[in-house]
Amino acid sequence: MKFERKDILGIKELSVDEINFILETAESFLEVSTRKIKKVPTLRGKTIINLFYEASTRTRTSFEIAGKRLSADTINISSSTSSVVKGETLIDTARNLEAMNPDVIVIRHSASGAPQMLASLVKQSIINAGDGAHEHPTQALLDMMTIKEHKGKIAGLNVAIIGDIEHSRVARSNIYGLSKMGANVILAGPATMMPRDIEQMGVKVSNKIEEAIEGVDVIMMLRIQLERQKNSIFPSLREYSQRYCLNRNNIKLAKKDVIVMHPGPINRGVEISPDIADDPSFSVILDQVNKGVAVRMALLYLLTGGSE
Amino acid sequence: MKLLLTGARVIDPAQNIDSPLDISVENGRIAKVGANLSRSTKSKDSDKTTKIVDLTGMIVVPGLIEMRTHLREPGFEYKETIATGSAAAVAGGFTSIACMPNTNPINDNRSITEFILRKAAEAALANIYPVGAISMDSAGSKLTEFWDLKEAGVVALSDDGKPVMNAALMRRAMEYASSLQLAVISHCEDTNLSADGLMNEGYYSTILGLRGIPAAAEEVMIARDILIAEFTKTPVHIAHVSTAGSVHLIRDAKKRGLKVTAETAPHYFTLTDEALQSYDTNFKINPPLRSEQDVKAIKEGLADGTIDVIACDHAPHGRTDKEVEFEYAANGISGLETSLGLSLNLINSKIISWPELITKMSLNPARILNLPKGTLKTGADADITVINPQVKWTVDVQAFRSRGKNSPFHGRKMQGKAILTIVGGEIKYDGR
Repeated sequence: MKFERKDILGIKELSVDEINFILETAESFLEVSTRKIKKVPTLRGKTIINLFYEASTRTRTSFEIAGKRLSADTINISSSTSSVVKGETLIDTARNLEAMNPDVIVIRHSASGAPQMLASLVKQSIINAGDGAHEHPTQALLDMMTIKEHKGKIAGLNVAIIGDIEHSRVARSNIYGLSKMGANVILAGPATMMPRDIEQMGVKVSNKIEEAIEGVDVIMMLRIQLERQKNSIFPSLREYSQRYCLNRNNIKLAKKDVIVMHPGPINRGVEISPDIADDPSFSVILDQVNKGVAVRMALLYLLTGGSE
Repeated sequence: MKLLLTGARVIDPAQNIDSPLDISVENGRIAKVGANLSRSTKSKDSDKTTKIVDLTGMIVVPGLIEMRTHLREPGFEYKETIATGSAAAVAGGFTSIACMPNTNPINDNRSITEFILRKAAEAALANIYPVGAISMDSAGSKLTEFWDLKEAGVVALSDDGKPVMNAALMRRAMEYASSLQLAVISHCEDTNLSADGLMNEGYYSTILGLRGIPAAAEEVMIARDILIAEFTKTPVHIAHVSTAGSVHLIRDAKKRGLKVTAETAPHYFTLTDEALQSYDTNFKINPPLRSEQDVKAIKEGLADGTIDVIACDHAPHGRTDKEVEFEYAANGISGLETSLGLSLNLINSKIISWPELITKMSLNPARILNLPKGTLKTGADADITVINPQVKWTVDVQAFRSRGKNSPFHGRKMQGKAILTIVGGEIKYDGR
């Protein structure tokens, strides 16, 4: 298969064949990270810019390592403030970067749609590393890779996603990806965390974690952002953790061989109890991080013409 | 100069006229509307100063009135000026426009009103009617001096995009304004509910990850204003209706005989929130584009008279306001030069008739704002719009007279446009 896309902006626009192809390519890169010398010359002479307008440790590091293991030159630009505050527009930043001829620009931005805007402006490949509450395609791809590894398949699995769906780009990308790959997705969280008409994305919705995780193969917990409390979307962390925390008790409702995932960073004791997060018989959280590097290597490789 | 317009279909809802007639104009006023005026003029052959304009195949209507524009001057001249806004108005077929007070400084005192009118006189294109603020600085706490503003030339009151959240202040404003026959125009938006929303709350806001503005944010305040109007027996005009629920509330209020009038904008019967999938900031407006069911309800409201007026909510912006991330982009559409074209679709799709359209774009705005306009009666100001209903054209924002090139309709194919705009007997736009 030849990979024809210029950009990776979301899972929404990817076909099943493309997702499978990316995951297969990522499989072949897993091995590189286990070598003594963790580097291949594949992207030597290529330049990758990581343009991060929002704080990130995991994703930025993962992209940087992915680029470096492929011998690309990676440059990180971090801006804790939005472009508006900084005084230079995203368009101007993009055109300046374009003039320096990088091969790939990886962008994270708090404004939904910013990667789309960038992709329409510059000739370079754009990878969306998370935009607002819109999409986080590389996270969904690494999640699917992790599920596939542990379950041998995605089709037919029952997957519960628990938490603040409204503000979660991880949830949206995974809903698209998992549904396309044939899984059944059920969401749970208080009504204030369920975006309107989410059922139209082809998912089931519950307000009880117990109902959602019953008999599922995979549980994905989402991070509760403490600052959301001020928008009255939940009364207190205490109440949230009492009702929605995944713990030794309620996890019994899921399948015996259930795997527990979390995009990180985790709030121990809020959405997930430390017992579960650290229990290797359930938790595949660090495995997700491991797969993240491979998925990002695969995308960098494919977007720079690696499949030709 | 005298004008004689011949050969056109004349539509004047105020006089129940819809037939092929001639119109003569003298001294800035309508001198006569009648059949075959041209023959009598020719037979006399005495008056060589009369300019005869053959308008065969055209439609002649009372000058269109746009009751909701933002002319941006003073304060935001890079977006629009009174001169460029006036030029856009006449190019769009409008002979009169009302301009909202959200300038900088805000039009909350007579010196700003007088400044606007002075600039309007200098531009000398369309009639410009300033709308004054309801509250000082549109801050929602203290009423402006309504009498003084009226004397200076204000025709209505509105806090525009900063809705009056304090119901008691709104009550007082409606009562006080009614004693002066000044219309109160309410931008209905409960800002606690709309909060920092960016688009209509629904399936598309969910998949786009953009914060939603619920339909209820608009409807809650419309319900409130209707109840205040009922209690105080005063009129209120609801700006830019965008939801099905709003249409139901207003329809019900009218049935109960309340003095509630309402307007909608062409984009609310033309586009849905599905268009935002491109994250194109030209689709970002407030109230936001709504769902298909809402669009259907708006059309029904136009058809059954629930919605009295089509007003385009002309909101010109500079490139810097729109060429940013969706979240940071300004709300608004530069609408003066596409409003008539889009509204004519309502006729082509048989939702309303020609006289109904002209009522909503001329007669009703004149009535609501108490303007001596909106008709072609003998003796009336000769404000006339001539429409070519057949001409096909394509929207090109670079050809806009407005400084605001922010239109989601760029490239859209249209049928019908104003080809002659006459204000006070003088041709101010000739697009033939």
